[in-house]
Amino acid sequence: MKLPAFDYACPETLDEATALLAEAGGDAKVIAGGQSLLPFMAFRLAAPSLLVDLRKIAGLDGIEVADGEIRLGAMVRWRDILDSAALARALPLLPAAIGHVAHYQIRNRGTLGGSLAHADPASEFPCIAVLCGASVDVVGAGGHRTIPADELIAGPMETTLEDDEIIVAVRFPRWPEGRRWAFDEFALRHGDLAIAAVAAAYDMDGPHIAHARVAVMGATDTPQRVPPAEDALNGRAPDDDTFGAAAAAASAAIEPTEDLHAGAAYRRALVGTLLRRALAESCAREREAAE
Amino acid sequence: MNTPNTYIGGHVERVEDARFLRGAGRYIDDVTREGMLHACVVRSAVAHGRLVSIDAEEALAMPGVHAVLTAADVTGEIPTIPFRRPNPKIGPYAQPVIARERVRYFGEPVALVLADSPELAEDAAELVLPEIEPLPAVVTRDAALAAEPLLFPGTTEDNLAAVFTAGKGDAEAAFAGAALVVGDSFSTQRQTALPLETRGLLAEWDADAQHLTVHGAAKLPFFNRRAMAKMMDLPETSVDYVEHDVGGGFGARGEFYPEDFLVALAARITGRPVKWVEDRREHFAAIAHSREAEAQVELALDASGRILGLRGEMFMNVGAYVRPNGMTPVRNCAQFMSGPYRVPNIALQATAYVANKTPAGTFRGPGRYEGSFFIERLLDMAAARLGLDRRTIRQVNLLTNAEMPYPLAQIRPSDGSRAETSCDSGEYSEAFHRCLQAFDWEEKEKLDGRLIDGRYHGIAVSCFIEGGASGPAETARIQVAGDGGVEVYVGSSAIGQGLETVMAQIAADTLGLPMECIRIYHGSTTYLAEGWGSYGSRATVMGGNAVREAALALLARFRALAARRLGVGEAEVSVVGGQAVGPDGAVLDLADLAAEGLAGEAKFLNSDATYTNGTAAVHVAVDPETGRVEVLDYVVCDEVGRIVNALTLHGQVTGAAVQGFGSVFGEELPYDDDGALLVGTLADYLVPLATDYPRVRCLSLESYPSPTNPLGAKGAGEGGIIPVGGAVANAVASALRAFGVAPNHLPLSPARVWALLNPPD
Ligand SMILES: Cc1cc2nc3c(=O)[nH]c(=O)nc-3n(C[C@H](O)[C@H](O)[C@H](O)COP(=O)(O)OP(=O)(O)OC[C@H]3O[C@@H](n4cnc5c(N)ncnc54)[C@H](O)[C@@H]3O)c2cc1C
Repeated sequence: MKLPAFDYACPETLDEATALLAEAGGDAKVIAGGQSLLPFMAFRLAAPSLLVDLRKIAGLDGIEVADGEIRLGAMVRWRDILDSAALARALPLLPAAIGHVAHYQIRNRGTLGGSLAHADPASEFPCIAVLCGASVDVVGAGGHRTIPADELIAGPMETTLEDDEIIVAVRFPRWPEGRRWAFDEFALRHGDLAIAAVAAAYDMDGPHIAHARVAVMGATDTPQRVPPAEDALNGRAPDDDTFGAAAAAASAAIEPTEDLHAGAAYRRALVGTLLRRALAESCAREREAAE
Repeated sequence: MNTPNTYIGGHVERVEDARFLRGAGRYIDDVTREGMLHACVVRSAVAHGRLVSIDAEEALAMPGVHAVLTAADVTGEIPTIPFRRPNPKIGPYAQPVIARERVRYFGEPVALVLADSPELAEDAAELVLPEIEPLPAVVTRDAALAAEPLLFPGTTEDNLAAVFTAGKGDAEAAFAGAALVVGDSFSTQRQTALPLETRGLLAEWDADAQHLTVHGAAKLPFFNRRAMAKMMDLPETSVDYVEHDVGGGFGARGEFYPEDFLVALAARITGRPVKWVEDRREHFAAIAHSREAEAQVELALDASGRILGLRGEMFMNVGAYVRPNGMTPVRNCAQFMSGPYRVPNIALQATAYVANKTPAGTFRGPGRYEGSFFIERLLDMAAARLGLDRRTIRQVNLLTNAEMPYPLAQIRPSDGSRAETSCDSGEYSEAFHRCLQAFDWEEKEKLDGRLIDGRYHGIAVSCFIEGGASGPAETARIQVAGDGGVEVYVGSSAIGQGLETVMAQIAADTLGLPMECIRIYHGSTTYLAEGWGSYGSRATVMGGNAVREAALALLARFRALAARRLGVGEAEVSVVGGQAVGPDGAVLDLADLAAEGLAGEAKFLNSDATYTNGTAAVHVAVDPETGRVEVLDYVVCDEVGRIVNALTLHGQVTGAAVQGFGSVFGEELPYDDDGALLVGTLADYLVPLATDYPRVRCLSLESYPSPTNPLGAKGAGEGGIIPVGGAVANAVASALRAFGVAPNHLPLSPARVWALLNPPD
C-alpha cells in the first residue's frame, strides 16, 4: 500500500497540462484532490508514470450562479458546495446530496471534476449532474468540447474522456421557481459510499406533477435516470399513492448491482423505499416552507 | 501529610494521554536505525497449493534491493511457532514461520524482500513470482469434516485440530427429566480485532555480542523472547523484546507471528537493522482472525425456568494452522457458555477444524462472546415458550454469593490452565438489578415490539461473566533513583488500557507518595528477568498486585535501612508518605537512602481466575424496510471486585461495547469458494466510527472483592464485549416479534435483517 514511483508536474496553464497529458499518451493522470486517485495508486490499481497537478491552473474554481445557468469550476471542492449560500438557494438538491459525501477531511479536498472523472457509481455528484441534465466542459490538446453529463459517464469507473482531456467546468441549467426536489441515501455508516441513493426533481402544474426527473445511484452500475418512475409521477397528484407507484416502478426498472454488503434484491427494495420516502419529504418540505 | 493516599478508586486521568494527545507517542514506525533495511512480505495469493518455486531474479536486479529471503534461507527444519496452551492433538498443526512446500492460506508468507525503502521493497515484492500449483481449497465446515482434501496429508488423518468437551453433572438425565427443551443452530462470523495501529517490528542483530533485539513487542514479550531464542538457537538472555507505544491489541497484536522470526532472521543474515511495518491490506490477511463459530445447542429447563442442563456441539473454523492461542476461543466457548448462570449439568463438545483461511487466535472475550450469544438467544426462546418474563428467567438462574466458589464445566483435554475453574465471588443479581434500574426497563417495555414512526422498537437484557487474571504470575521491581523518584518496572505490557496510570496509582498508594514521583517502565524484557504480560484481563490484577507487593518489600527495606542509619530498632521507625521518622523526630527521605540500594521485588503468584459479572440492557429501533438497526440506549453494569480507576474502567467497558456493536452489525471477513479473502480495506471492513454509537452508559460496582488477590480486583477489560451479541439479537427478535424472525446468525447487517423479513423464495 505504498505509492509506486511517478513523476510530478504542476503546470500553470491548461495548454501545458493538456500537452503533458498528450505527450504521455495515456500514461499520465491528472490529480485534483487526490482522494480517489491516491488510494487507487496505493492499492496499485493505477500506476501512472506522471501526475499532472491542476492546482495552479487559473479559472478552474469558482461557483457562479448566473441568470441562465450555474457554473461550477472543476476544482470546486465538496466543502465549497456545502458553504455556498447561493447554491443552497438556486440548486438546493446539490448541497443536500453532497452532504452525504465522505467525511470532513475528504470533503475539504475532493473535487467535483475528480468525482466526474473517477465515475464511481456510488458517488453523488455525477448522479445530480445526470438528473439535472448538466453539461461538462472539457479541454484537450485538440481543443474544447461540451459533453452532456450522462454521455460522459460510460460505465462503472469509466468515462468518455480522452487521455489528454481535462474537465474544466460543469454547467447546470437554472431551475424554475417552485421546483421541488428529493434526495435520500442508504449507506452502511455515515460517509460511506452509497449502497443505494435516489434523487428527484419535479414542478407542479396546478395540482399535478410535471417535468419529473428521477435518478438512482449506488444500486446500479452507473448513475441513471429511471423513466418509468418519471412517467408514474407526471400528471399525477403528489400523494402517497403516486409516490408508491413511482417507487414500485423504479424498483422494477433498475438492474441492481451486487457486492459484499448488499445483494440485488435488497438493493431493488432499497431504491423503492428511498424514493417513496424522499418524495414524501419533498412535499413535507413544501408544507414546512409554506407555514 | 498523614492522610493516606486514595488514588485507587479515584477518577484519575490517564497519565499517558498528555503524551498521546500531543502527538508525542512513539510507535514502532517512529523507531529508526542508521542503515536500516525495510522488509516487505511476499504472500501467497493462492489459498491452498504446492509451492513449486520462487523466482526472485527480477526483484533482486532492482537497484536498492538487497535480498529476497525464502524458506531456502532457513537452515535445517523450518521452525514452527510454539503453542501457549499445548494439548495432545494440536502438535502437527503448528504454523511454520515460512511456507516451504505448501501454502495453506491466502496471505501466508512465502518470501521477504529487503530494500532501502518500504516503497522499493513493495515494488520489488510485486516482481517476486512464486509458482504455486493450486489444490482444492477447504473453506467450509463440510469440506473440512469430509477431509476433502486434507490440509496436512501424511501427517494427520483428518482436518480436526482438536475436540474439546466441557462437562459437568449428568446432562443426559437432566434432559430426560426436563419440562422444556429448547434448541437451535447459531453462528458468529469470522472477524478480527483490528487494532488501529497495524503490527510492526524492528530487529537488530549484534554479531559481536551475538545478541538479538526485537522492537515492537506487545502483549507477551517474555513468551515471545523464549520462542525466538529457541528458534534462533540462542540463550534466552541473548534475545530482548522491546515495547514502544502500542495502538491497540485486543488479543490479536503481540502474539508470535511468522514475521517475528522472518524480520529477526533478516537482521541476522544481513547484519543490518531490519524494519517491517504491516500495511492495512496485509493486516487483514496476516493477523489472527477469530469468532468463526457454529453451534447446535440445547437448554433443558423446568417449568419455572430453572436451567437443568446444557448440551450440544460447536464447530470452530480455526484457519490453516493452530496459532499460539488458537485453541483459546474454542475451549472457552465450551467452558464458559453457561455464563453467570447456575447450570448443574453440561455436556458440550467443541470441535476445532482447520481450513484454508487465515489462522485464528484470540479477540477480546474469546469464545465468551460467541457462547454468550448462543445461551442468551436460548434463554429468550425458552422464556417465550414458558410464558415467562425475560428478566425472570435470568433472575432465577443467576448465581448467588452463597454458592461461591461455583465450579464451571471441566474442559478435556486439559490444556495447561484452568481445566477446572470456579466463579470467585459476587451476588450476580445485584448488577442485574442496577442495570435494569438505570435502563428503566418498565418504561421502555411499553415500547417493546411496537411500530413507532416506521420503526419497530425492541429491548433485551443479557448477563455475562468475564474470566480475568490469567496465571500463573507477574513480576515487578521498584527502586528509588538518586533524585528520589520511584522507578517501577512491571512485566505487564501497555496495549492502550491505561496501564501506566493504574500501576502508578497502585504504587503511589502503597508507598504513600504522590503519583508524580512514580515512573512506570513496562513490557520490555530488558527491565525484568522474568515476566508475563497483558492478556486475559490480567494486568490490573496480576501486575497490580506484583507492584503492590514490590512496594511493600521496598517499604520494609526502607524501614530497615532507616533504622540502621538512625541507630534505632526497626519497630521504632515509622514510615509515612515516603519518609522514615525516628523516635526522636529525625526524618529520612527515600532519596537519602537511595544510594544504599533502596529497592523491592516481587513475583505475584496466582492461578485462580477472577470473574467479573455484569448485565447489559439494550433498546433498539429496527427499520423494517432498510433493515437498519439503531441502538437507542445501551446500559451495562459490571461488578469488578475493586475499582482501581473508574475512568479507565469505563473506557474499557464503553470501548468494548462499541467494539461489540461492530461485531454484531458489520465487521466480517468473507472468503470466496477458492479461499481468497474478500476484504482488504476499511471501506469494506465496517468497524464502528467514533461517532457511530453515542448511547452507551456504564456503571460499575465493587461489592464483592475477589478473594484471589489482596487488591480484590477482578479483570475487567473484556467483559464489555461479551453480552453484546445476545443483547442486540434478542432486542431485534423482540422488536420484530410480529414476524416471528429468529436472528440466530451474526452479523445483523442491514441486508441480513432485511433478509430475515424478506426471505428469498
Ligand atoms: C474514505 C472515502 C470515502 C469517500 N466517500 C465518498 C462518497 O460517499 N461519495 C463520493 O462521491 N465520493 C466519495 N469519496 C471520493 C471523493 O469524493 C473523491 O474526492 C472524489 O471522488 C474524487 O475527487 P478528487 O478531487 O479527490 O480526485 P482525484 O483523486 O485527484 O482524481 C480522481 C480521478 O479523476 C481524475 N481527475 C481529477 N480531476 C480531473 C479533471 N479536472 N479532469 C479530468 N480528470 C480528472 C484523476 O486523474 C483520477 O483519475 C470518498 C473517498 C474516500 C477516500
